Amino acid sequence: MTRIPLDNSVETTNGSAWAAILAAAISCVAFGALVDLAEASGRVSHMLSFYNPAGDLSGKSCVAIVIWLFVWGWLHVRWRNRNITSGKLGVVAIVLILLSLLATFPPFFNLFAAA
Amino acid sequence: MEMTSRELWTALHGMFFGGLFLILFSGLIITLWGLDSESFTQLGIRRRLRVLRVCSCALALLAWFTVIAGTYVVYPWYRAKPPQGTTGSALMHYPRSLLLYRPQTADWHELGMEWKEHIAWLTPILATSAAVVLNAHGRRVSRDRQLRRTVLAFYSICFFCAVVAGVFGALINKAAPIR
Repeated sequence: MTRIPLDNSVETTNGSAWAAILAAAISCVAFGALVDLAEASGRVSHMLSFYNPAGDLSGKSCVAIVIWLFVWGWLHVRWRNRNITSGKLGVVAIVLILLSLLATFPPFFNLFAAA
Repeated sequence: MEMTSRELWTALHGMFFGGLFLILFSGLIITLWGLDSESFTQLGIRRRLRVLRVCSCALALLAWFTVIAGTYVVYPWYRAKPPQGTTGSALMHYPRSLLLYRPQTADWHELGMEWKEHIAWLTPILATSAAVVLNAHGRRVSRDRQLRRTVLAFYSICFFCAVVAGVFGALINKAAPIR
């Protein structure tokens, strides 16, 4: 029976896959934190208004993307040769994303609204 | 029958990019759900991975197009400030102000738009990371149940975010259309 290779690459470690997953989760929670911070402080909101017609949404999204790419690169360099077997990392990533969903829910972030 | 350029951009953002995203998502999640190296031959796994790789990249690109067009093209029209003293039907070109002007529609902005504009931004980040994992580690995803479940959870949250953004977008555009 002929063996059919699945792809040409040789996969030995899964560290870079988990780096991509955790970086996305950290970026989502950072975005949620920025939403809450901008709601709590007019000054932060003003600082995040990178493109005035779109308001502070432009800054929140840009900063979250920069954090995402930076964390992703950093984790990738650290984990690319590692094989991560713990299932906890997946749970941590999902919990972080659920926190970001809470942080971006208006009744929640309105609790921080600047007077 | 005519469409203004603003209506065209709004349709492109919500119906074309967003609609295509939701359709592609269904195919991807079914293929990913059944991706189990114990259930298929190697050839079967390879074919499914090819579909997943293409679908996941298309999904991530669509998510980026949708949020970028939404934030930088459509949203500025939505939140444009009317001249001082503008009231009533004169607000029809200022959807945000129109919604806030009437107490019975204020929640469409305060809950609907505020939620939609933020939750939508989680979608491209999650979809891109999942696409990278499927493209660079597809073979491992088929073997590693933990990794597969995490990618599935990413796509499920992506779907939730896209549905919240899409449904509120459609309803808000019905209550106060961008013209």
